[in-house]
Amino acid sequence: MKERFYVKEGLFKSLSFASALIIVLICIAMFVVLFVFSYPAIKQFGVLHFILSDAWNPVKRIFGGAGAIYGTIVTTVLSLIFAVPVSLGIAIFITQICSHGLKRYFSNAIELLASIPSIIYGMWGLFTLAPLMRNYIEPFLQKIFLPIPVVRCLFEGTPLGIDLLTSGLVLSIMIIPFISSIARDTFELVPKELKESAYAMGATKWEMIKDVIFPYSKIGVLSGIIIATGRALGETMAVAFVLGNDHNIHLSLLKSSTTISVTLANEFTEADFRLYLSSLFYLAFILFIMSFTALGLAKFLLKRMKR
Amino acid sequence: MNLVKKRKIKNVIALSVSVFAAIVGLFWLVFILSSVLIKGASSLNLSLFLNDPAPPGIPGGGLRCAFVGQAIITLIATLVGVPIGVLGGTFLAEYGRYKKYSEIISSLADMMTSFPSIVVGVFVYTVMVRPMGHFNGYAGAVALAIIMIPIIVRTTEETLKLIPWELREAAFALGAPYYRVIKDIVFRGAATGLFTGILLSVARVAVETAPLLFTSFNNSFLTLNPNQPMPSLTVTIYQYAMGPYEAWHRLAWGASFVIVLFVLIMSVLGRWIINKRYKNG
Repeated sequence: MKERFYVKEGLFKSLSFASALIIVLICIAMFVVLFVFSYPAIKQFGVLHFILSDAWNPVKRIFGGAGAIYGTIVTTVLSLIFAVPVSLGIAIFITQICSHGLKRYFSNAIELLASIPSIIYGMWGLFTLAPLMRNYIEPFLQKIFLPIPVVRCLFEGTPLGIDLLTSGLVLSIMIIPFISSIARDTFELVPKELKESAYAMGATKWEMIKDVIFPYSKIGVLSGIIIATGRALGETMAVAFVLGNDHNIHLSLLKSSTTISVTLANEFTEADFRLYLSSLFYLAFILFIMSFTALGLAKFLLKRMKR
Repeated sequence: MNLVKKRKIKNVIALSVSVFAAIVGLFWLVFILSSVLIKGASSLNLSLFLNDPAPPGIPGGGLRCAFVGQAIITLIATLVGVPIGVLGGTFLAEYGRYKKYSEIISSLADMMTSFPSIVVGVFVYTVMVRPMGHFNGYAGAVALAIIMIPIIVRTTEETLKLIPWELREAAFALGAPYYRVIKDIVFRGAATGLFTGILLSVARVAVETAPLLFTSFNNSFLTLNPNQPMPSLTVTIYQYAMGPYEAWHRLAWGASFVIVLFVLIMSVLGRWIINKRYKNG
């Protein structure tokens, strides 16, 4: 009887250990596979040259990732610019302003944004948001910014609605719930005594938020922003609908572009020779490294905060 | 006096800005949901569920094949992903608790939940589609399972850690081996939480698109054999929405409606179960 227990115990333990180990194995396998398959392109184009060149020409068999990397970074930065202030506002509203009864419903509503699938964001972006951007918002922005000398180069071109600006906006809506929920959680960790002592000194609510809550929770908020960055970098479907697929780098935000993930989605099944496929793997490898770095950094900061 | 007034005005402005931000967040939610539900509801009809796609120009096409394909892929992914995820999470919360390496695995799993899903698709393409020689439903299911595993590992770990350690000690004191403690005490205590976590993770993964693009691919026929390329709702929406035909767009909206409804029902159901449990316990 006792021996049977030992056998079962050992079996269960090793089975569960193997399951946990699968996580590590998948990560390592992904790294190795992506590296091995992108090796021909790495050898052909080198690292710096591939990252800096925006020549993406399957006919001439020349590939450079700069266009896709540029689009990835610009859409991510735009989405952060739109999302961070809104998310912080939401977190402040939930933790400091909103009444207790309303709090739960509002948190749930914002979290619902996170559970909407990205394909829905994409559809909605293409059929609802893009026409609005094309007909109203982008002409309006052009009216304002085109007369200003330096800024004007960001808003040149015919507004089509399928561009970097729209993609940044759609992405920002997607990442709002991530930043705001982490910000909300860290705001709520601020000890009551600290807040009360600020009030006792005669601080207004905003001064308390600005001088007590923000400094106390800046690392948490920062890691939330970095996690959102990781999400935005790799998001595919929401952006694939509203970004077009243009490997050339344009300074204007009203021009179509591409990101690494969109390039993969559009061209991976069409790559008909080895170097083409390998270049796509190279892009995937770069994306892997970028998001791994971002998410790792966020994790590190969160760990440090908890100590 | 003047200074106090200035500070008060600043306070009001800052707080109104944050209320405004909250309204903006809510506005996006309502805007997206209402436009999908309104446009989707008007394209709903029975043929969406009962017919296979018709050639463009011929009325009465539906997406039966995509619904069936999606269900099969999700089912296989669940069968692969849930046991591995639950066991892995159990290891991290029980046997590996307080160990350095399980902390690393847990962080890794946490990072993988935010990982670009399209890279997973690329990975599965190389390890499954290439060796097998053709796109197939199994590969799609494995890609979804790979995304599902870290999510379930994390939910399981978090849920099991909520069970008080004393309960386990009580069982140990009766002479129970660890696996029976886990099975009869820990799992039983955490059952509701585990079930909800799994439900939400499966719901979240089921609506992924990017990992299916190069694994299960797509076709327009009712496919029951997962060894063939399989249609799925999400990939079909992508293809149809980008396509030129009005009828395709209507089908895509109809499918989006179903997906959004699914997601809404799942998240309401999850919260309802948790709330009920919370009130009783």
